[in-house]
Amino acid sequence: MLLNKPHPLEVKVLTRRYEYPQKEAIGVDEYVAKEGYEALKKALDMTPEAIIDEVKKSSLRGRGGAGFPTGLKWSFVDRKSPKPKYIVVNADEGEPGTCKDRIILEHEGHRLIEGCLIAGRAIGSNRGWIYIRGEYRTQIEAMDRAIAEAYARGYLGDNVMGSGWAFHLSTHTGAGSYECGEESALLESLEGKRGNPRLKPPFPATSGAFQCPTIVNNVETYSAVPDIILKGGDWYAALGTPKNGGTRLVCLSGHLVTPGVYEVPLGIPLMTIINEIGGGVWKGRKLKAVIPGGSSSPVLRPEECDIPADYDSLAKAGSMLGSGATMVLDETTDMVKLMARIMKFYAHESCGWCIPCREGTAWLAKILARLDEGAGTKKDIDMVDELAQGMMGRTFCALGDAAAMPAMSFVKKFRGEFEAKIANAKVYMPAPQTQPLVVL
Amino acid sequence: MTFSPELEAKFAKMVQQYPQGRQKGALIPMLLFAQDEVGAVTPDVIAEVARRLSVKPVEVEEVIGYYTMLTKEPRGKHHIQICTNVSCMLTGGEELFAHACKKLGIGNKQKTADGQFSLEETECLGACSWAPAMLVNYDFHFAITPEKLDQLIDSLKKTQ
Repeated sequence: MLLNKPHPLEVKVLTRRYEYPQKEAIGVDEYVAKEGYEALKKALDMTPEAIIDEVKKSSLRGRGGAGFPTGLKWSFVDRKSPKPKYIVVNADEGEPGTCKDRIILEHEGHRLIEGCLIAGRAIGSNRGWIYIRGEYRTQIEAMDRAIAEAYARGYLGDNVMGSGWAFHLSTHTGAGSYECGEESALLESLEGKRGNPRLKPPFPATSGAFQCPTIVNNVETYSAVPDIILKGGDWYAALGTPKNGGTRLVCLSGHLVTPGVYEVPLGIPLMTIINEIGGGVWKGRKLKAVIPGGSSSPVLRPEECDIPADYDSLAKAGSMLGSGATMVLDETTDMVKLMARIMKFYAHESCGWCIPCREGTAWLAKILARLDEGAGTKKDIDMVDELAQGMMGRTFCALGDAAAMPAMSFVKKFRGEFEAKIANAKVYMPAPQTQPLVVL
Repeated sequence: MTFSPELEAKFAKMVQQYPQGRQKGALIPMLLFAQDEVGAVTPDVIAEVARRLSVKPVEVEEVIGYYTMLTKEPRGKHHIQICTNVSCMLTGGEELFAHACKKLGIGNKQKTADGQFSLEETECLGACSWAPAMLVNYDFHFAITPEKLDQLIDSLKKTQ
């Protein structure tokens, strides 16, 4: 199992039952022996309003990337609607740099199940799905085992803990698509279709899975809920900073001495995460840049990194906390090559539904590859920025923005490297035209 | 066509997990699990899944064209996917992929003549903290070096 050695600066809430080294998944017996399903028991005696209020008080924000306040999202569901209400877990972990949800799915599925049950109780739902990316077959099987255990013990089923309330939950495998991590594309995929995003509004709270009121949250978001109910929203909120409640998992990767997945309180200084928990830049090298929240978050120079790692501070610094995926780049990193690779990813994953994204990512990938090969021009550098700006805010979903944001930040902050590649390049000459371009 | 008893049981349970009349929800999982058993999404599989879920074959074709894990052509017995996205690239994923091409004598999305191995350069596998990462079918391998890759491929060759 993939747990790294705990670090003294970690604050363990979500991962409090984990041991190092963890040999196998936390089964239902161990989970129950350590306060498991007690939050559910408490929630069954609470009104839906009281549950949502507690989650609101906790200042829990979505751990998938957008950071939307969870309690507020839940409050948008019309509980009086005659339609069934659904719970959907986004476990399509695919944002480059992100590898935290797999830890929860693999180690402590019961925590996620309990979170789903409480959410289901809060919106009056009887059914949920955990949409897990197809490559995570091991994690799907681990979740299926946990779900089977929960059914056998009466935590799931037609009569949850003897309350008379029914709640059913199952896993649903994806089949290879980054775009399906976008909530409306995920819902399309859940319905058996291509993962194209939907026009919003209506948001899923009004019309989600199978056109019924639905809440879609990340694995980690649901998994934070049991402790919030058990110990109170105020307790959870106090772990973080104002409006940024609690702890979260950060995925440290790249050029670090001790990369890994760690649980930290929101608001911990970003440089503490990198230098203390991550052990600093590897091989005694200098820090060149940090991608703080997955490959779609704008890159930060070292001097921009003396900030607290919470949603609002990162946004103020012009980037985002995103999915908590912190990628550290040392001084030897070729920024042009890296940006070209990032764009190749977005061009591959664009679903093709809207033109600014489909065309924009493809052209950006071509231009950035040309620049990386040393065959670009100064005009190409400007064109990267111009094209990216043309994509921002002009697509159905956030994939267009996700591709445009890093492109703009790389060109702005490391323009010198792009220019150096041109300066060192041979003059690029297109093949001579032997045919007129347009035959009239 | 029929599948193994285990898969039939899985499918029987699966179709009940979606709202009445919306059984198409099971389409993508069914295709992937059927592919795992049959080796590819064959015309028979398409017809059978379409029949069971009461959808048109073209609705099945639509999703096959979209999801990268679904394939109409059988892959190698050992399908190797090496990630070259950011975290893996920073820790040698591209060199590793080039090494695998050389070792197996095939390129991206190709299969060895004996059908034992196929290779694919893949996007983020969600194993960034343990990069560079790769998948052999559904088995993850972490912190791969060219030497470890050689050993792994050699041991898979022996299990043929």
